[in-house]
Amino acid sequence: MSKDWLNALQSQFGNDRVMTETKDTHSYSFDASFGSFVPEAVIQVYTKEEIVKILKVANEYAVPVYPRGQGTSLSGGPLPVKGGIVIDMAQWDNDLKVYPEDLIVVASPGVKTSAINEAAGKYGLMYPPDPSSSHVSTIGGNLAENSGGPRGLKYGVTKDYVIGLEVVTPEGEIIRTGGKTIKNVTGYDLTKLIVGSEGTLGIITEAVLKIIPKPQFSKTMMAVFDSVVTSGEAISKVLTSGLLPAKIELMDQASIEAVENFKPIGLPVNAEAILLIEVDGHEETVNEEVNQIHGILNELGATDVVIPETKEEEQHLWMARKLVSPAITRVKPTKVSEDATVPRSQIPQMIEKLNAIKEKYHVNLVVFGHAGDGNLHPNIICDKRDKEEMIRVEKAVAEIFEAAVSLGGTLSGEHGIGTMKAPFMEMELGKAGLDMMKRIKKAWDPNDILNPGKIFTSDQNNELVLSHG
Amino acid sequence: MDKELKQLQEKINYDKTFDCVQCGYCLPACPTYETMKKETHSPRGRINLVKEYAEGKISVEDLKEPIDKCLGCNACTVVCPTNVQYGKILEGAKHVIEEKRTKSKKEEWVENLIFDKVFPSRKWMKRIGNVSWLYQKSGLQSLAQKIKMTSIAPLHLDQFEKVLPDLPSPTKRKSRPKVIKAEGETRMRVGFFTGCIMDSVFFEINKKTIELLIKAGCDVVIPETQTCCGALHAHSGKVESSRQLAKQNMIAFEEEHVDVIVNNAGGCGARLVEYEELFTDEQWKEKAKSFVEKTRDVSQILYEALDQIEFTRPINDIVTYQTSCHMINVQKVTKEPFELLQSIPGIEYRQFKGYDRCCGSAGIYNMLNYDDAMDILDKKMTHVKVSRAHTIVTTNPGCLLQMKLGIQREGLQGKMRAVHLVELLHEAEPVSKERQVTAISNNA
Ligand SMILES: Cc1cc2nc3c(=O)[nH]c(=O)nc-3n(C[C@H](O)[C@H](O)[C@H](O)COP(=O)(O)OP(=O)(O)OC[C@H]3O[C@@H](n4cnc5c(N)ncnc54)[C@H](O)[C@@H]3O)c2cc1C
Ligand code: SF4
Ligand code: SF4
Repeated sequence: MSKDWLNALQSQFGNDRVMTETKDTHSYSFDASFGSFVPEAVIQVYTKEEIVKILKVANEYAVPVYPRGQGTSLSGGPLPVKGGIVIDMAQWDNDLKVYPEDLIVVASPGVKTSAINEAAGKYGLMYPPDPSSSHVSTIGGNLAENSGGPRGLKYGVTKDYVIGLEVVTPEGEIIRTGGKTIKNVTGYDLTKLIVGSEGTLGIITEAVLKIIPKPQFSKTMMAVFDSVVTSGEAISKVLTSGLLPAKIELMDQASIEAVENFKPIGLPVNAEAILLIEVDGHEETVNEEVNQIHGILNELGATDVVIPETKEEEQHLWMARKLVSPAITRVKPTKVSEDATVPRSQIPQMIEKLNAIKEKYHVNLVVFGHAGDGNLHPNIICDKRDKEEMIRVEKAVAEIFEAAVSLGGTLSGEHGIGTMKAPFMEMELGKAGLDMMKRIKKAWDPNDILNPGKIFTSDQNNELVLSHG
Repeated sequence: MDKELKQLQEKINYDKTFDCVQCGYCLPACPTYETMKKETHSPRGRINLVKEYAEGKISVEDLKEPIDKCLGCNACTVVCPTNVQYGKILEGAKHVIEEKRTKSKKEEWVENLIFDKVFPSRKWMKRIGNVSWLYQKSGLQSLAQKIKMTSIAPLHLDQFEKVLPDLPSPTKRKSRPKVIKAEGETRMRVGFFTGCIMDSVFFEINKKTIELLIKAGCDVVIPETQTCCGALHAHSGKVESSRQLAKQNMIAFEEEHVDVIVNNAGGCGARLVEYEELFTDEQWKEKAKSFVEKTRDVSQILYEALDQIEFTRPINDIVTYQTSCHMINVQKVTKEPFELLQSIPGIEYRQFKGYDRCCGSAGIYNMLNYDDAMDILDKKMTHVKVSRAHTIVTTNPGCLLQMKLGIQREGLQGKMRAVHLVELLHEAEPVSKERQVTAISNNA
C-alpha cells in the first residue's frame, strides 16, 4: 500500500510534526485499558484548522483517525485499532477563560479537568464533574466519554455542564452546537449527541461549560461495615430518606487494603466495606443532615462512623478514594475495569450478584465506586499472561454485564463502550436501538474514518477476547 | 521462548514493567513530559518501550533516546499508586543499552577516562580541583577537540565554568586533617563521605560542613581510601564499576568504626543508600546493609542537633529551596532542610511553584543533553522569579551548579544567588550552646 496520505500530511505539516518513528508511534499505542495497537503516524494539534486538514486528507485516502486526550480511557477509546493516525489533543491545553458573570468557562480540548475547576475556584465557583483522573484527563476526553465522578450523585456528570461545543466533523467541516445560553431549543440537541460519542462523530475543538457557585460548607464522614451488602442497603436507605449527599463512595476490603499499602492513613483494613460520604450546603443544614445520616448508618448496622475533624483528614480520605483504581493492581498486574451501573434501589442485589460471580469463576473481583448513583466499579485483577485465568475472566465479565442489564441497569455508567463492551451493545439496546445508532454514525461519518472499531463491533471485536491481549 | 530473549528480559527487569497499568497519574510529575511534550518521554511511555523492547517488538536504537533523555529523577515513582519500580526498570534498560552499544575506539577511550580514571580517582579529582573544573575550561573539552571527538555531545563546559566558585589553593586543600574533634563533648563519631565534585569544585562547602558538624558535637573522620559513590556509573549502565566502587567505600568506612556516615550531596547519598541492592552474596550484602543503615544526609545530623546550636547572625533575606530529587525521592529526606532553613533568624521563606521538580542537572544529564536540560531549567527559573526570592538553597552540587547557571541565564547575577544549605547555615554563624555555657561558666 502506498502511503500517499502520509506524503499529503507531511507536505502540509512538515516532516517534523508528523511523527512516524517507531519510538513515537509505539508511545501512542496504549491507553489505561487493555491491548496495544500501533498507529502509523501521530500528530499533535493546536488549532481547529489543523484538524480540518487532517480529516480532509483522511477522508480522501480513507485512513482511520483517532483523537486522543491523555490516554486515560478505561475502555480502549483512543486505541488506533485499525492503524492510521492518532491525533494528540493533550498539548492544546492553553486556552481557558472564565466568565464569572455568565457562569461559564470556555476551554480548548486539551485543558485538564482539574484546571477548569481550579480556574473557577478563583471566583468562588466550581466545575462539579470530578472523575478520579481529573488531574490527568483532558476536558475533550471527559466530553467524549461523558465522564462522571463522586459529585455526580448530587451535581450530575459532564453532560449536565456542557452548553455549547465547537466540533470538526469527520468530513472536515467546523460546526458549532448549542451556544452560551442556558436555554436553547433551536433544532436537534447535537451537543448532547456529541457528548459521550467517544470521538466517533466529531472532534471537539472548544467547549462552553457551565459552572456553579461553590457550596459554602461541607463535611465528610466514613462509615465502616462488616458486609458489602449491608453498606449497599445503607446507601438505598439514606437516599430514600429525603437526603442528598454530594458524594457516597464505596470501597470494599481489597480496595481499602490496596490504598493502605500505598499510603497508610489508618483506614480500617479489616472492614468488609467503607462508605465515604460528603454532605455540602449551608453549615446548619449540613450539620443537621450529617446527624440524620449518622442515625441511619447506625440503625443499619455500621460498625463505626468516623467524622474527620480537620480539612486535612478529610482530604486524606478523598485522596485514598482517588488512588483505588490504580492501586488495586498490586496483587496481580492486569486490571479489567468495568463500570456497570444499576438503578439505586438495586445496589444490594447487584452486590450479591457480583459476589456470586466471584465465587463461580474464582476471580479476584474488587468492588468500589460511585455507589451513591448506582455506578459500581467491579474490577477483576488478573494476569494477562495466564491464558486459563483470562478465559474465566472473560466469562465473568460477560456475566457482570448480564447481571446489570437484568436489574434494569447499563453496561457502562461513565467509562464508555470503546472496544471491550462493543459485543454487548445489542443485549442492552436491542436490534432496532443499535441500528438507529449505527445509522447516526453512518450519516456523520460516511467513510467510517473517525475512531472506527469503537462502540460498534467490527470484524476485530465481535466477541470479548482477553486471553491473548 | 528464545533463550536470548529470556536472558534479556531478566536483565531488563521485564517483569516489573507489568506493574504499570498506564493510568497516567505520573504524567503531571514528569519534567521531561512537561518540556518535551510527548509520551515517548513520559514515564509510562518509557516503561512501555522497555517492555516492547524486551518482547522483541522494537530495537535497542528505538529505546536508546527515550532512555537517555530520562533525568532519573524518580518523581514518577513517588506518585505512582501501583508502586512501579521505575528506577529498577531504568537501570536495567541502561545496562542493556550499554551492553549492546557498539562504541567507537574514541568513545571507549574517553568514557574509560571519565568513568574509570577521573571519577573514582582522588588524585584526578584533586587535580581537577587544583587546576579548575575539568582542567581550566576543560581538559576534556580540548582533549575531545584534539582527538576530534565529534561523536560525543559537546559538553558546553564553558557555560558551566562561568558559574564556578573560586577554587582553593592547593596548600589549603592539602592541609585538611584526617580527624577533626568535636567542639565540646563528643556526641558521635561521623565518617564524612566527601564526594568527588564536592571535594574538588566545592571544597569550601565541604570545609564548612565539617565546621558545622563539629559544632553539632561530632568527631569528624575522613577516611583516606574512600572513593566515588558510583552514581554516575550506575546511571550510565556500568553496573560492575559501580559495584567495585561501592566495595571500596564500604571497606574504607568500616575500618574507621564510625557511628554514622554523613554526606552533603543528595545524589551521592541516594547512591549510598542503595548499596545493598548491588549485592547478592551474603557477606557483601550484610556489609552493605550496615553501611546503608549508617548513611545520613548532613541535614539530618544538623536537624537532630538543633537544640545544641544557636545561630548568632540573622540573615535578613528572602529564601527559597530547590530540592534535590535524589534526596527527596530516593533517600526520602524531606523535612530536615526546611526545618533547618526556618530556624535561621531573619529569614523569610518562600516556596516557588515546582520547587520539588528536577532542575535538569541530573548527574551529567545537563552536559550530555544540554538543550533539554536548559528547557527544564528555564521553566524552573520563571517560577523562581515569581517567588521574588533572593537566595536559592540547594542540597546537591549538581543542583547548585545548575541553579547558578539558571541565574546567569536570566541575567540575575548580583540580584540572586544560589547556595548550598550548608553555606547558608554557616553564614548564620552558629555556635555550640554547650561551648557558650562552658565559656560563661568559665568567666564566672
Ligand atoms: C485511574 C483512573 C481513574 C479514573 N476515574 C474515572 C472516574 O472517576 N470517572 C470517569 O468517568 N472516568 C474515569 N476514568 C476514565 C478516564 O479518565 C476518562 O474516561 C477520561 O475522560 C478520559 O480522558 P482522556 O483525556 O484521557 O481521554 P482519552 O483516554 O485519550 O480518550 C477518551 C476518548 O475520548 C476521545 N477523545 C479525546 N479527546 C477528544 C476530542 N477532543 N474530541 C473528540 N473525542 C475525543 C477519544 O477518541 C477516546 O474515545 C479513570 C481512568 C483512570 C486511569
Ligand atoms: S503512575 Fe505508575 S502505573 Fe500509572 S502510568 Fe505511571 S508508572 Fe504506570
Ligand atoms: S525519572 Fe523523572 S524524567 Fe524519568 S520518567 Fe520518571 S519523572 Fe520522568
